[in-house]
Order: sequence, then structure tokens, then C-alpha cells
Amino acid sequence: MNQLVRVRRPAGRGEARSGLAARLREPTQVVFLALLGLIAVGWVLVAFDGGQFLTMESVVGIQQRSAALGIVAIGQTLAILAGSLDLSVAYLISLTSLVAAEIMAGQDGNILPAIAAVLAISALVGLVNGLVITRLQVHAFIATLGVALIIKGIVDHLYDGPAGKVPESFQLLGYSRIGPIPISALLWAGVAVVAWFLLSRTRLGYRIYAVGGNEEVARLSGIRTGRVIVITHVLCSLCAGIAGLLLASRLGAGAPTVGTDGGYDLESIAAVVLGGTALAGGKGGVAGTVGGVLLLAVLDTIFNQLEVNSFVKDVVRGVVIVIAVAVYARRGMRRSQ
Amino acid sequence: MLSMRGIGKSFLGVRVLSGVDLDVTAGEVHAVVGENGAGKSTLMKIICGVHAPDEGSIEIDGRPVSFGHPLDAQRSGIAIIYQEFNLLPERTVAENVFLGREPVRRGLVDRAAMEEATARLLDELGEDSFGPRDPVKRLSVAQQQVVEIVKALSIDARLIVMDEPSAALAEHEVELLYRLIGRLRERGVAVVYISHRLREVFDLADRVTVLKDGSRVTTVPIGEVSSDELIRLMVGRDLGTYFPPRSAGAGEVRLSLRAAGNHKLRDIDLELRAGEIVGIAGLQGSGRSELAKAIFGAEPFTAGEMTPSRPRSVREGVAMGIGLVTEDRKAEGLALRQSVRDNALLVARAVGGAKGRNGVRDLLERVRLSPPRQEQEVRYLSGGNQQKVVLAKWMTMAPRVLLFDEPTRGVDVGAKAAIHDLMRELANDGMAIMMISSELPELIGMSDRIVVLRDGRIAGTLPAGPTEEAIMRLAAGEVA
Repeated sequence: MNQLVRVRRPAGRGEARSGLAARLREPTQVVFLALLGLIAVGWVLVAFDGGQFLTMESVVGIQQRSAALGIVAIGQTLAILAGSLDLSVAYLISLTSLVAAEIMAGQDGNILPAIAAVLAISALVGLVNGLVITRLQVHAFIATLGVALIIKGIVDHLYDGPAGKVPESFQLLGYSRIGPIPISALLWAGVAVVAWFLLSRTRLGYRIYAVGGNEEVARLSGIRTGRVIVITHVLCSLCAGIAGLLLASRLGAGAPTVGTDGGYDLESIAAVVLGGTALAGGKGGVAGTVGGVLLLAVLDTIFNQLEVNSFVKDVVRGVVIVIAVAVYARRGMRRSQ
Repeated sequence: MLSMRGIGKSFLGVRVLSGVDLDVTAGEVHAVVGENGAGKSTLMKIICGVHAPDEGSIEIDGRPVSFGHPLDAQRSGIAIIYQEFNLLPERTVAENVFLGREPVRRGLVDRAAMEEATARLLDELGEDSFGPRDPVKRLSVAQQQVVEIVKALSIDARLIVMDEPSAALAEHEVELLYRLIGRLRERGVAVVYISHRLREVFDLADRVTVLKDGSRVTTVPIGEVSSDELIRLMVGRDLGTYFPPRSAGAGEVRLSLRAAGNHKLRDIDLELRAGEIVGIAGLQGSGRSELAKAIFGAEPFTAGEMTPSRPRSVREGVAMGIGLVTEDRKAEGLALRQSVRDNALLVARAVGGAKGRNGVRDLLERVRLSPPRQEQEVRYLSGGNQQKVVLAKWMTMAPRVLLFDEPTRGVDVGAKAAIHDLMRELANDGMAIMMISSELPELIGMSDRIVVLRDGRIAGTLPAGPTEEAIMRLAAGEVA
């Protein structure tokens, strides 16, 4: 017995490696370290440029810029963890911003019905996404792209410019803040905490990881995998709806291009992946995504302060995302050896 | 406790099971044997609720049941451990054990309870080399199997179906499996044990049920049947000698290594000659697969000499006429969703000079693929037939050296004999063959020479026909 145990590779060694050094190698930690590094670099660069980095103004800016993308990316995290993804979020954001502004029509009393309508429409879109993927067996990429086009068609047919009006009280959501913290950032934090709690403390969360990790394994463990995927899509779309509300409050109206102009579909996926969540699912989490979103926002802020050409900006963002994923892939490979 | 009567099942009009009866009593180890395609897997999937039978009835403790979902079977106390483990590498042991059944307290997953229950079960099985919080990706194959067994016990399984549980284990790990099964028996858990390795069937089982072509041939207490009889029942013919006769002698040196090494291997001196089958033995982790991959160029040697030359990549290895039949044919050997034909042509297309339809047909005949249907998707083939397609893939380029890593893992007796014949035939045609195997009888029966590895070095070389003890002594080192 003892001899046999000795011959086998002891897991104890693995445990030893999961000390501080190893933990710093986890993608989530990597992204936050990168974030700190980027802030330091930004500080130096902006200082050389004669400016001041991380002023009250820029910190608030970072938070506000991040909030909408952050909320969408949290939803996207859930979908991606379950092995799916959602390309329809950008158009859904446009749609929900319009629905919110049209129903509110400048009246305080209409705020609650408008929110309810937005959440209902979002949930419905998520349900359709999820059912097309699970029942019709259409790959998530195509299913959500199709739904995106359907929403685009409807929005483009009905609107050719901003419409509706958001009452001033609702605009507070987009602009007011408590100290240095905007309400919108609190909303984002709230969504993130709820999602984190869901993933790490509830059965649904465990099942999301299982389905994304290996759908067959999940199914054979008695998990109704289709249901899990549908639920994650509903949650993902609800997040997009919340982002739509936030953007409507900021614009004071609904706009048919607010979602696509922000590039929320691909950028939310980029943020999730930047945060170390595996695109194939089953691995990662909300914390990484928050880091990913902040990283992108800080990068933006640095470029804005240095007044860099926006094309260069895109090139750098692209390089950062690709390098990040390559780094995670290498780490994953080394670990599995 | 389990009683199945007249079970029948067809897939897409093809009948895979008909009129099968199976009775399993509590605390019994019941082996189910049969060639691939005999219907074992389908029968197991019916027991576990993955498939519903078209006809027949299932009773548990005298109560009729019908399973629409694996969950239903779980609730009735039936668990299955598949050949390919159903574990999530990124999640912890406890999370895997309670997958889909996480205990909740006030609506939230109760991690503490989960980990405690897992630790208790690990303890009961005498497993102390890992804990409930270790991520599964850091565990060895044998440890992962323990996790699967714990998972089964955690649902209070009274019947555990094990599908080829030893296939992925090294020789010394199989002993651990024996001991685990002993503990399960003591607990009154019934085990349905599917294996191609007859020695295990005789070591472990109380009774054995033989399936052939979708029907039950017989069920007998293990004491009333001999190994030869069992083989005859399974294949319907007497296989006679297990292994083809050895060749007369070795020819020219096709490949030689001098003090070759890399991060896993050191000081390897080895010659592979035309017409010779060299067996490679060693415990898991001794560097067996690494040796094959290094020669092939997949994880190249970084030190020492290799003649005619040292490949730095797979492409160079293939260009030198080296082929590798990998250990894991599903992940490394085949494009599962592509046809037999496309798979057979993988290598030919990659290095140029693709053969025509007739060339492929001749090859498939040569490897005795049955039926030789070129358009069939490879994933629908049995393990034995898949392995034959891998062989055909390499034969398209007429390799000078062919490396086999566990060539008959998960392959039934009939196909095994065919592959052994084929290997010897290739050697007689002048190919140099190196064969890695965890199955000592196979190694001893096939090899003209056996090289034993230990800790990445050659521990010794044995002439044809050594005893298992001689191999194990070298493989395990002084401690054995």
C-alpha cells in the first residue's frame, strides 16, 4: 500500500504549488497585476506629457466608461462560462434604450413600467437565444447573430435616429455620484457581486461551470444542460437590458445605434477573455472580467490623456487582447504538463 | 438486486441488443465480456439510463423501473464509471463528486458539507494522497478513478458499473483498483465489471456474462470456466495461440540512439532493426510515451545522437519514415468526425502523394477493417476498427520505423489478435517496430526484445520471452 502510494504522483506537490507564487499565475491575478502595471505606466507617460494621471475627473471617467461595458461583460461571462456566447447584446442594448425612453416619455411615473418592460423584453430575447441554441441545436455564434440581425431589422425599420425622452430623475442614474463613485459604477458593482455570488455559492453557478467545462459530463451527472444554457442567456440578456437602461439615462433618450457604436458585442467578449475566462467555457469568473473591463478603460483613459490617434488606440487594444490570451494559453499548457 | 429481462435495442434500424437477460446480486462482482460491438456498452448505457431499451424490463429489488435520464438511475442507486472519465479538470475533487447534486443550506451550496463528505469517503477507501479541495487536473489517472468511485459512493450507489476501469491504468495501479473493488464488495455494493483483460475478470469476478453479437451467450460462475473457454464463447472460435510466431532474425539497423535525451529522458541507447519488434516496458511516468514522441519528433530529443538524423519536428520525423500510433487514438490519432477514407489519407495528404480510392481500399483490406466502408465516420467505429484505421493511415507512407503506444488499449480480443498479426506481418516485411504496452502478457508475447524504462532511463534490456517478474523488477527498481 505504502509503496503504491509512493509510486503514484502525489497531489501534495500540486498543493505546494498552489501557494502564493502559483496563485499569482492564475489569469485573474494576472489581469489585476497587468492593471496595476498599466496604471503605473500610464502615470509615468502622462506625467512626461505634462499632465496628471488619475485625477478625480479621470477616475470618475474610467468608472463611467466602464459601467455599461462592465455590466454587459458580466452577462457575457455567464454565457461564455456555460460554453456559449452572445453576439446579440449590442442590438439588444439599442432596442432596450429605445423601449425605455419611449415608455418613459419624460414622465417620472413611467420609470417603473419602462424598467419592467425593458427587463421583460431582455428576458424574452435571452429566452429565444437560449431555446434556439438548445432546442434547434444551432451554434451559439449563429443563433445569437441571427437574433441580433432580427433586432437590428426591427430597430432600423422603426427608428432612424434618437427617440423618446428620459425624465431628469432617471438621468441621475447615468450622471450622479456619491463622492468619487458614480451611481452607474455602483450598479455595475452590484451586478458583478450578484453574478459572483451566483457562480460561487449557488447550484446554478456550479452547473454553469459544469456545462461549460464539459456538456456531456454535466448531462451524465444529471444536469439538465439545456436549461442551464437557457438561464445563462436570459441572465446575459438581462444584463444587456440593464446596460440599455443605463445608456438611455446617460443620453436622455433612446438611440438605435447606441449599442453598436459602443461595440458592446465584441468588446464584452474581449473583456471576458482578457479576464482569463476560457472562450470554450468552464473556467474563469466574474473577477477576471471586472479586471478586463477596467484594463480596457484605463487603456482608453491613457490614450485620451495623451491624445493619441484613435486608430493607434485600436491597434494597441488588439495587441493587448491577443497577447493576454496567448499568455493564458501558455500558462494553461505548462500547468497541464 | 438488479434483474434485466429480454432487453432489446436498435439504433437507426440496426439491432444492437436482443433478448438480453442480466441478474446482479448485492456484493457481487459481475463481469460482462464480449468483443467490441457485442453490445456491452449499449447494455451498460441502458442500465444507467442513458438509453431507454426498446423492449424488455428492468427490475430493482423486485420493483419494475424505467429510466428516462441518468438521474433516474442514480436515484435508484446505480452509478457508472466510464472508460473516459466524466470529470471536470478545472473543478475540485469535491465539486466533481457532488456535481449536479450539490448539498444546499438555506439555498446556498454548502461547501463545507460537500468537502467533509468527500473527505470521509476518501478516508473510507484508504485514499490519502489527495484531498477534496485539489483540482482534478492535478490528479493522476488512477487518482481520478478514485474520484469517480467516490462520486458513485456519494450517491449511495448499490450498483456500480465500471467500463474498462483498468484500461487507462498502469500495471501497479491496477492493484489499487483491485483493492478498491474489494472494499466495495465488503460494503455490499454490486459491481458490473466490463473488461477486455481476462486476467482481471478471473481475478475479480464472481460470475461472468458473455455477450456476442447483441445476445447473451451464457452467465456462469467464474470457477466453472477456463480462460480458453471464455475466449471461445466470446469470439465463437478458438484463438489458439494468442500471439503470432516470432520472426527469424533482425535485419539492418533502421534507427539508433546514442545517449539521447530531453527534459524527460536521459542517456537512451537503443537500436531498432528491420524485422524486429522491440517492446518498451515501464511504469506510468517512466518515459515510455515520451520516448516514442521524442523519436517521432513530437517532443524532440535535445541531447545525444540519433541516426540517420534527429528529427526536430513531427514533419521531419515523418519525412524520415517514422510513424507513431499514439496512445490516445481519439485525441491524437484520428479526426473522429471525418470518414475512414479521409483519416486513412491524413498522413499521405500531409506529406504528399495521396493514394487513390483503390489504394485506400487495398490498405483497408490489408488492415482487415470490417466492414471496409470508406465513407463511414470514424467515430462510429469500434475501438479495434479505429485502431486499424490509424494503422492504415501510417501504411500509406510505407514507414521504415513504426512506433506503437498501447496499440491494443480498449480493443476487443478478436481485433487485438488481428492487430498483433498485422504488426508481425509488417515486421516480417522489413519494418522496424517499437511497441509500448502496459499489458505485460502482450509485451512478452509480441516482443523480440524488451527494453525496460525507469525514471526516463533504460533500466535494462531483456531477451524474448522474459517473465513478468523480471520486467517488473527492472521497472520498479530496487524496492520491488
